[in-house]
Amino acid sequence: MKTTTALATALATLTALPAMAADCPIKVGVLHSLSGTMAISETTLKDTMLMLIDQQNAKGGLLGCQLEAVVVDPASDWPLFAEKARELLTVQNVDVIFGNWTSVSRKSVLPVIEELNGLLFYPVQYEGEESSKNVFYTGAAPNQQAIPATDYFLEELGIEKFALLGTDYVYPRTTNNILEAYLQSKGIADTDIFVNYTPFGHSDWSKIVADVVALGADGKKVGVISTINGDANIGFYKELSAAGISADDIPVVAFSVGEEELSGLDTSNLVGHLAAWNYFQSAETPANAEWTAAWQNRMGEDRVTNDPMEAHYIGFNMWVNAVTAADSAEVDAVRTAMYGQEFPNLTGGTAVMLPNHHLAKPVLIGEITAEGQFDIISQTTEVPGDAWTDFLPESAKLVSDWKDLGCGMYNTETKSCVQTLSNY
Amino acid sequence: MNRSFIARNPSVLIFLAILALFTLVVTVLSEGFGVGLISTSFVKVLGKTLCLCLIAIAMDLIWGYTGILSLGHFAFFGLGGYMIGMWLMYERTRLIVVNSLSEGVLPPTPEEITAGIGNQIFGVVGSSDFPLIWAFADSLVLQLTFVVLVPGLLALVFGWLAFRSRVTGVYLSILTQAMTLGLSLYLFQNASGLRGNNGLSGLQNLPGVTAPQSVVSLWFFWASALALGLGYLLIAWVVSGKFGSVIRGIRDNEARVRFLGYSVETYKLVVFTLTACIAGIAGALYYPQAGIINPAEVAPIASIYLAVWVAIGGRGRLYGAVIGTAFVSLVSSWFTGGQAPDVPLGFYTVKWVDWWLFLLGLSFVLVTLYAPNGIGGLIDLLKRKPRETDV
Amino acid sequence: MKTLLLALCFALSLSTWLSAETTPVQDVLQSQRALIEKSSRRTIGPAIDALVVSGLPQMQNVLEVWQAKDMWQRRADGLFFTATKNADGTYTLQSFDDGADAGTAASTDLKQLKPNSGVRAMIATALVQFQLSDPDPAKRADALNSIARDPEVALLKPLRASIASETDANVLARKTRLERLMTMAYDSDIPSRVAAITEMSGDLGVDFRATLNPILTTTRVISQTQPDANVAQEVLVGSDALTHKSAYALLVAAGDAPAEITADARDAALQANIEGGRIAGFPVAQLSTEAARDRAYDALAAGDLAPPRVTQADIDASLANFRFFDVYTEPSQAVTTAAEAALVESETRVAFSQAADLGLDALSLASIYFLAAIGLAITFGVMGVINMAHGEFIMMGAYTGYVVQLFVPNHTASILLAVPLAFAVTFAAGVALERLVVRWLYHRPLETLLATFGVSIALQQLAKNIFGTQARPLTSPAWLDGAWVINDVVAISYIRIAIFILALLFLALFLFIMKRTRLGLETRAVTQNPRMAASMGINPDRVNMLSFGLGSGIAGIAGVAIGLFAKVTSEMGSDYIVQSFMTVVVGGVGNIWGTLAGAVMIGGFQKGVEFLNPSNTLAAQTYMIVFIIIFIQFRPRGIIALKGRAAGD
Repeated sequence: MKTTTALATALATLTALPAMAADCPIKVGVLHSLSGTMAISETTLKDTMLMLIDQQNAKGGLLGCQLEAVVVDPASDWPLFAEKARELLTVQNVDVIFGNWTSVSRKSVLPVIEELNGLLFYPVQYEGEESSKNVFYTGAAPNQQAIPATDYFLEELGIEKFALLGTDYVYPRTTNNILEAYLQSKGIADTDIFVNYTPFGHSDWSKIVADVVALGADGKKVGVISTINGDANIGFYKELSAAGISADDIPVVAFSVGEEELSGLDTSNLVGHLAAWNYFQSAETPANAEWTAAWQNRMGEDRVTNDPMEAHYIGFNMWVNAVTAADSAEVDAVRTAMYGQEFPNLTGGTAVMLPNHHLAKPVLIGEITAEGQFDIISQTTEVPGDAWTDFLPESAKLVSDWKDLGCGMYNTETKSCVQTLSNY
Repeated sequence: MNRSFIARNPSVLIFLAILALFTLVVTVLSEGFGVGLISTSFVKVLGKTLCLCLIAIAMDLIWGYTGILSLGHFAFFGLGGYMIGMWLMYERTRLIVVNSLSEGVLPPTPEEITAGIGNQIFGVVGSSDFPLIWAFADSLVLQLTFVVLVPGLLALVFGWLAFRSRVTGVYLSILTQAMTLGLSLYLFQNASGLRGNNGLSGLQNLPGVTAPQSVVSLWFFWASALALGLGYLLIAWVVSGKFGSVIRGIRDNEARVRFLGYSVETYKLVVFTLTACIAGIAGALYYPQAGIINPAEVAPIASIYLAVWVAIGGRGRLYGAVIGTAFVSLVSSWFTGGQAPDVPLGFYTVKWVDWWLFLLGLSFVLVTLYAPNGIGGLIDLLKRKPRETDV
Repeated sequence: MKTLLLALCFALSLSTWLSAETTPVQDVLQSQRALIEKSSRRTIGPAIDALVVSGLPQMQNVLEVWQAKDMWQRRADGLFFTATKNADGTYTLQSFDDGADAGTAASTDLKQLKPNSGVRAMIATALVQFQLSDPDPAKRADALNSIARDPEVALLKPLRASIASETDANVLARKTRLERLMTMAYDSDIPSRVAAITEMSGDLGVDFRATLNPILTTTRVISQTQPDANVAQEVLVGSDALTHKSAYALLVAAGDAPAEITADARDAALQANIEGGRIAGFPVAQLSTEAARDRAYDALAAGDLAPPRVTQADIDASLANFRFFDVYTEPSQAVTTAAEAALVESETRVAFSQAADLGLDALSLASIYFLAAIGLAITFGVMGVINMAHGEFIMMGAYTGYVVQLFVPNHTASILLAVPLAFAVTFAAGVALERLVVRWLYHRPLETLLATFGVSIALQQLAKNIFGTQARPLTSPAWLDGAWVINDVVAISYIRIAIFILALLFLALFLFIMKRTRLGLETRAVTQNPRMAASMGINPDRVNMLSFGLGSGIAGIAGVAIGLFAKVTSEMGSDYIVQSFMTVVVGGVGNIWGTLAGAVMIGGFQKGVEFLNPSNTLAAQTYMIVFIIIFIQFRPRGIIALKGRAAGD
């Protein structure tokens, strides 16, 4: 295999054929868990990628080549992510990888793709505080989800006291840290911020819900910001509705609850609670109607679409356009062509790829409806994603700019690049 | 003593010879030093498998020979990994921070460097202070000592408590399972100071080493092979002498051994602690190859798999543990890798990713029911030498 | 209020023949169009006021429609309508002025107005005056909810006015309570405020405390003398409430003392004063310790190149000059004293109630653990078989419930059907497991563990392949929704009570079967001595099979219950398996009371730790495991240990 590729490349150089001809088919690695705890979320993204690749092939492929999906199963086992990523890049020789969900799996993959100069598109909202030359973050950074949602709480709902409930892992920890700093900068006292962390899959919520209700005793309006992950939400929302807490009394805004999570729940008692994302299935645009129809045609009428799927949709299409623009699937050429790439969002407006490898995307806030969907009640203009938050002192002085500064962790005070690899 | 031990156990020599040959072949075929037929990622897989084989023979010593089914040995494996991981992470980050701070106008103070390292390591988990347990992370020698010391100490305390109270059989199994569950829950907490769910990552990058991964992977492969060889030799020696006879006696009839005047608890404790130390070493070699260690690694399921490997390979024979581990983990890796072709049945397409775990589960049942001696039992058949029956 | 109502009725009757050309409602709406379209809580106030002030009788309807997200705007001309959806996807528009049909429009030509809940709350407040005396008690209750959420001074008068005419006893009670609370907060007459506070003193309601606490808010004041205000207390520097550091920070913030020089500021000053590789005579290369930098900075300060560092002596001197006071924002001392006393009384009762609530939570958690473990108490406790697939039987029960709900949409009927069906399914699965696997391994307990673990993995993966990885809904019937609210602090959801009762039922069932039936007798006989039992004519095979099936069947029913209160996924079994084994082992094998004691102890311990450390539930679970490990060291046979022959291994 290796020798044939080498031969082909040599031949291509000799006869001065366009390089692309040697690369057929262009290989797209899909690195999502198909078994284990994360399969619940990631299998959907694998199917999304397969659909996008099929659609592109139906349009005639890319650079005259067919796209070939290489699907591997890292089985929700974080070290296995690193192993599979290495395998994709060195054995399968893929040109790009779309994958990962959890932050820890991304941290596991980072050293490998940076060492081998791979290209990863990461589609999930995350905690920020990271910038890798080899990763494009198509999900939301905290300033594209958490901060606008908190603003909405402060300004539109008049919340004065916050309960930050999260699952005990890095995304809620970092997000809550940023939010605490942000709320303090908005004049919310330390004593008016209640923080609680629960294990993955937690099911015994009565005590915590009672604690949240008790917060109302000093006459301030209470709101819950939830970074509770996955299955645990089901028990949480069931306890919430059993306690008779309506969204008018104590609104809950969730950052990890989308259409998929709601499909495991009877939402009639949850109407009015909120979620913040960059995409909701209920967005009324022709592009979204077409996308949702295509998905349901392929996977079944009862399937829903969600935000990370849109992130893959945008990421994949931008990559296709960048490859076309660069006339090559080679990583460095594609990366250069990625900056400034524009692609229409499914919710309207245009997503732009920034030099810090994040997207500018609109932020949407939706209220849960009885049908298990979200009613979009607020949509901002495009917000540029920020790799390093402005609300933590150590991060505020850092910027990421791979285009001009060539550095993902540039200290604006000392005017120097802290490191060119990412901090994993 | 040593000569007679080797002479009495030709299988040890055979195993060591095969291991040496295997190491040589892999080196020759590797990308780092050879013709490049074996990819670096596969060298890492093989190196990790050797580490798993090392903990598997430790498991065989405690379960197959002593009759204690420990469902917590991955806790020691993980602790070993954490101990070496702390140094790798600290040192790598220190180099980056010192490098970056020296660009400033003023020369960095030790406080600034410590704060910088803390911020880099713990920033991603929303903190920046250095927890107390990192006090010795700057010393490779100390952390290497901890690789053996910390798992050994935990095993010593836990074993002393448990054996003293005469907790035996399935109770002990459940208790060891509780131990590893407790450890993983503890590590999951951010407050534990080991970066919670994220764990320690980027461990494959050795601080100050510029050699490519194709070379580094071979270093670790050699180290793993050496450790496995030494471990095999040690355990084979332990079980061949009088000590071995006593622990086998404990396995077969604990009360009788006690009545014969042996301190059963001491023997158990020695075996438990020794295997924990070996597990710690195996873990310290494993995780720099895996690249990341986090609490999920020490979840109870991992230790159960360990027991299954040993059972499939055949208990009470060290090569059985090695064969079982190598076989199951490599086959597992192949089936989940996406390379195994789907089987279309017309009305339903069997995807291996979906059905592999189901088959694995069934195979435990079949092996326990119909082949209690595991794969190793087949080799015994080949040898056609009558042996005493195993438990 | 009455006149308003009269006018409203009159206007409604008139509106039918009002000419179609005059559109006062639409005009008012159009005048506020920009604000209504913007729909933000911060700007919408004037628009809502304009609507109310217009005095138009239709406005109640307009506000209600708007609040219910039923107001639509035609894109072409910006006019507002209410709309009903037609079968073909178009909308029929109706005018707000006279309810007349205003034609149809495609959905793309319309924009639905979706006020957010902040705006809806303001609309609700505006609606209060219309709704307080509404003939519909539900609307009157809405109005009260709205007042309770956003109490405003202006609402006190209409609320008082509406009490006299209130007929519904429930609504009247709520109105009276709200009136008392608002009197405390907003009445202009101090004695009546004090009276209202003392009257309700010791009340447990969150609303009562939520009214008192804002009255008692204080601000910290720096002063050299006793301030002339309603002083709550003087805060001493160095006490827990005010450390030296924070006290000095307050002084700095007030401009009464110079700020301390931070390390960053010091380094910036040093960098700004580099001259030829030296700072104030010190070579730059030597400044690699904090002490050296401090020395260099002091040298700079001495040369007036930087402000001097603030020393501890400076800080102490500044602090000695000032006193710190907490001052109530509420000027009346009579009110604050009464509120303070009332709140203290409440807090004591709240503390008791919280303890009771915690006890209920612990009891509920214990009953869930007990329910999950009771099947194991039979298979492991009585028969001594380690069944690692026990958790998967719980899962099978839950999925059975889910499948039943697919076919029987009525939630009550489906649950009643699901319980026996889950028992049947898992009973059959248990018998199959016993016949095919377990019975071959009765003398090899450790291998039973491995084999059943294999079964557990296989079943989990099978469930994933059949039902997918998504969590599946298992919805409880409506009569199990909600919670039994004893007071604002003590409450427990009905579903948890149901689980508690179910656990008691199973306890009784277990005791009955073991003590009063032939199967129980035979099971005990077989457990103690299989050979002797067999020689007495008992068929041990049959007994083992039946008791294993029974244990599994109970796990299935537990699965339905757990699925109802938590989630149904293929991994739910593994969440409970370790806990269940702990429960049985801690309690003492072979005794159902032991299992009960184990469940109560584990549940209670866990809730206790959660109470002590409310921000980290994970820690509670960790400590629980450590506690169990230590506990077993001292009582290896559990809380209730069997004695004599039955205790044999």
